[in-house]
Parts: sequence; structure tokens; C-alpha cells
Amino acid sequence: MKILVAIKQVPDTATQVKVGGDGKSIDTAGITWIVSPYDEYAVEEALRIKEKRGQGEVVAISLGPDRVREALRSCLAMGCDRAIHLNDAAWSAVDTLATARALAAVVTQEAPQLVLCGRQAIDDDMGAVTAQLAELLGWPCAYWIMEEAVDADGKTVRAARQVEGGLEVFDLPLPAVLAAQKGLNEPRYPTLKGIMGAKKKEIKDVKAADLGLGAEPAQLAVLGLEALPPRPPGRIIEGDVPSAVKELVRALREDAKAI
Amino acid sequence: MAGEDIYGSPEHQAFRAATRKFVQTELAPRAREFDEAGRPDKAIFRRLGEMGLLGIRYDPKYGGQGLDYSYHAVFLEELTLCDNAGVGMGVSVQTDMATPALARFGSEALKERYLVPAIRGEHVAAIAVTEPGAGSDVAGIKTRAVRDGDWWVINGSKMFITNTANADWLCLLAVTDPAAGYHGYTQIIVPTDTPGFSYRLLDKIGNRGSDTGLLFFDDVRVPVANTIGDANRGFQQQMNQFQDERMVPVVAGPVAARRLWELTLEHAQQRVAFGKPLAKMQVNRFKFVEMMIQITAAQEVAHRCIRKMVAGEDVTLDVSMAKVFVANMKQYVATTCVQLFGGSGYIRENPAARAYVDWRLGTIGGGADEVMKEVAAKLLRI
Repeated sequence: MKILVAIKQVPDTATQVKVGGDGKSIDTAGITWIVSPYDEYAVEEALRIKEKRGQGEVVAISLGPDRVREALRSCLAMGCDRAIHLNDAAWSAVDTLATARALAAVVTQEAPQLVLCGRQAIDDDMGAVTAQLAELLGWPCAYWIMEEAVDADGKTVRAARQVEGGLEVFDLPLPAVLAAQKGLNEPRYPTLKGIMGAKKKEIKDVKAADLGLGAEPAQLAVLGLEALPPRPPGRIIEGDVPSAVKELVRALREDAKAI
Repeated sequence: MAGEDIYGSPEHQAFRAATRKFVQTELAPRAREFDEAGRPDKAIFRRLGEMGLLGIRYDPKYGGQGLDYSYHAVFLEELTLCDNAGVGMGVSVQTDMATPALARFGSEALKERYLVPAIRGEHVAAIAVTEPGAGSDVAGIKTRAVRDGDWWVINGSKMFITNTANADWLCLLAVTDPAAGYHGYTQIIVPTDTPGFSYRLLDKIGNRGSDTGLLFFDDVRVPVANTIGDANRGFQQQMNQFQDERMVPVVAGPVAARRLWELTLEHAQQRVAFGKPLAKMQVNRFKFVEMMIQITAAQEVAHRCIRKMVAGEDVTLDVSMAKVFVANMKQYVATTCVQLFGGSGYIRENPAARAYVDWRLGTIGGGADEVMKEVAAKLLRI
């Protein structure tokens, strides 16, 4: 069974993101880049499906600039068999739909039985590409997957998605697109052996023209990014306990309007 | 980044990222638990083994990764950030102090039996050289191993042995020919479930996350086949193994010191006294710079040693000098950071307070400063 995992490279969760000079993008200087955590669940699940079935191929795919090779390499180190890097100046300002279109073109070429993604990337939290990809392919799609089981014949997948207070279970005919939620599994760390082995695995560079795509004007334009206003400083109420409590209650009621 | 030439490749970086994630997710959050237990959960050795971290330099034939020292250095640097110096010590006893001689000099059968499970993390190993009456003066050890047919019969005791309670086997140095001087010692693997072996744990002031003890050997019988390398070559083999041991604090020390420096600076930037943050006062700014001068110098010294290890050169002189320099640098950084933290630096859970007691061992363990200087003096023909 061939499984394609679409991943995105994002700033490390510990990064203090700053708005860049253009006011429309983030300042990438000094950022540590990682595979988006939800995408790691997708990679792990793909590897588990392959391991459980005892055969198959897991292909990692990502769209982005040169640095994205590192994210793909990390997927290879985890155990993916090969990787595809959509790397073209034509995609330098893509929106989710153009990304989904590029991915759909690769999926059509590769013809996997299953596509796995994270439920959303943790940078812009759009969570749109997976659904758009499924729509473009005309494949069924389930989001926020907590459990999955591909049947023995590889014809259908039973997927349980997280809903308020429980799980909602679907049977989807394959091929299908699934989006992983936290809790689906515990992603493995790349082992040293995996890291050294990844050196020998293929990362195929793909251009827009290879997919018969041209530069597509983004339908979604970022007008501006704004940093959150700094948190106002705390206030220490001085005085003896009875009067301090009185003042605290007054401040909560009248100033903060919290009670 | 400094050290680009040693460990700047994409593989080194990927390895560092994976190791960091592992250490920060599985070891650091349990730092206090290991302190309270007085030793790391043995299961962490198995996890380290699964990750391939216990045999980075060893032959893939025995489950190792067959890589050069630079990868191992990355591991030691990341391991030291596990927030528990005792745990770092326990693990590095396994990788750098109790197994290198076995890997270098051991017979095939011995490596199959003891090195393979150690690399997998199924066995924990300890190095048993120091005795109540002999530490720095290794040649002064008294523990005897006497041949009885195909058996060694061992009597004596060993002191300050890390991994005492967790250990499945010991790499023991014993006297086998008292008349032969330096050619009368033998390295023997002693499984800790052998009758006649017992131990008592010691209550250390620092490194409390490791189990350090006093070992007793009372007619302990182990097969002569457990001899590592040649009988009566134990002293020389152990001197060789000591170089690996001494590299550990040299590689890890500058990274650990930098981390404490960062934590202390964070505090000094926030803590206001006399109307401004501590870090804005010249007296303290200079302290931070002075510390960083020492940390940077130590880091370069460490890189020099790592380069030599990668190149397979003899590091004895460099590592002997580096160990002294790094250990003293750390003690100076720790005591300075305690001062900068003030009262909270005297509370046990404070990182500077922990470093202050943990790092006190640096100038003693694995070859005291005095011994390192003697080694260096000899090599410098002074």
C-alpha cells in the first residue's frame, strides 16, 4: 500500500515569532524549523500502517523553499521511504488552494491509496489544505482523526474523529485523505541509524512545470500581521489583609469587570 | 556556530535535534524523580538503547552505530542538558567508562555476552576500579583475583562506584600478579548476580540522581573467560579506557556551564535591586563576561579534544589538561551563579545550587586534578 504524507515545515513551537520588516510576513532570522507536530502524527501513522501490513511505501511530500529539505530529511530519518520536494519560485507566495493544487497534481502522478496530513499546520493554523486537496481529487476526507484502521484488502479505512465528548466513526472507501489529530499516536524519534540511513534516500525536486502547473496568482492575500499588544503589567495591592481583600474585590468588579 | 568542522553536517544537526527532543521529553521532566529515587529508572537505558545512543562508536556487528566520536560528542552534549547531573553520569559510565575496554580488547564471546546487551540498554554496566584505599593511585588497589582452574576467585572491595544498584555487570580491575607491578592487573567482567557480591549505597552531597556505592567481593567466582583482553594487561587497558572517561566532562562541561550561565542571566535580567535589574549593574555585567570568557575557552579546548578523538590521535595530554580546566571553570561558574541568584541560589532546587554541589565532583572524579597534572607533567617532560 502506497501512502503519501503531506507535511509542512514550521517555526519551532518555542520560537518567539516577530513580524518582519514588510509587516506581512514573519522575520525568519534565527528561527529553528521543525516538521509541524500534527504532521508528525501523520508520518508516524503512515509508518505504522506500513509496518502492520508488512509492505508498502511511505512518501513524504512538502512544498516550500530550500530549507524544507531538512524537514523532509527528518521524515526520511523517521522511516519514510522517499520524499518529494515541491520547490519552485512559482510557489514563493502560494496560498492554501495553490498548495492543494500542487499536491493534488503529485497525488495524481503518484496514485497512493491513502493521503495523510496533520489537522492543521501550527504556523498559520489555516487547516485548509487537506480539505482542498480532497476536494480537488474528489476523494473522501476525514479530519481530526484519533484512530484509524485500514481493512485487510486495502479497500476501505475506518476512521474515528474527535468530536465533543467522544469519537465519530466513519468508513471511507480508499483512496481517501485523513487529517491527524494529537493523540492518534506517539511519533517516534528518528534514531541515529535512521538519520544516517536518510542520507541515502531520495528527495526528488519537483518544479511547477513538471506538474503542468504555472504560477498561479494567490486568491488569498495577507494584508498585514500584527503582534499581540504587550500584556499590561500586574498590580500589587498593598496594605493589611482585610483592606487589601476589599480593594481586590473592588478592582475585580469595577476595573477588570471580572466579577 | 563554533565546532562547524566537527559536527556541523546535516546528519549531526538532525541527530542533535532528535537527541534533544528525546532528552527534553523523556529525561528532563523526570529529573526530580530520579533524584528522589537516588538513581535513574533502569528503563531509560533501554530507551537509550532503542534510540541507538548507547553504542554510537561501537561496531554494528554488536549493535553499535559504527560512527566516529563527533556523533558521540553530540550525544554527550545533549545528555548533559537532562537537568540531572547524576543521570548523565550514570549513562556515561555505561557508554564511556565501563564498555570501551570490552569493545576494544574483549573476546568475541565476551562481547556477544556483555557488550551487545549493554548497547541495547538491556544491561547496565559499572566500572569498578577505585577502592577505599586507592583512587588516584590506581596501582595501589588491593582487590585480588586468584586463579582456580577455569575460575577467578575475587576478594576485596571497591568504592565510589556509580551505577552500583542498577548494574548488571562490572568491569572490574583486580590484582592478579602482585609481584609483577604494572603488569599484574587484570580487567574482569563480574555479573552482579554472582554469589559473594554485595554492596552498600553512599549518600552523596550532589549528583543525587545516580547510585554510587561501596562494593564487596567475598569469594566471588567468575569464569576466566570473563577476562577482558589479556590477563595482567588490565592496568594498561584501564589507562586507555580512562581517556574515554575523562573526555566526558570535557565534552559536556562547557555545554552545561553555558546553560547555567543562560539561566542565571535570565534571572539577573529580571531581578531588580536598588532600582535596576542585576544584569544592568557593572559589577554583575563583568561577572557574566568573565564567566563567558572561561566558558568559551573551555568550549574551544573541548572542540580540540573532540577533533583529536575523531582523528584517532592520542588525547592523553590534551584531555588531562582539559579536564582540569573544564572542572575548575565549572566550579567557578557554579559558585558565581549561586552568588548572582543570592538567597534562592542556596535553595536545593535552584539550578545554580544543584550545579554547586554536582560540579564539586569535577576536580575529583575520573582522575583528580592532582593526578591529571602529574600525567600532564610527565608527558610535558617536566
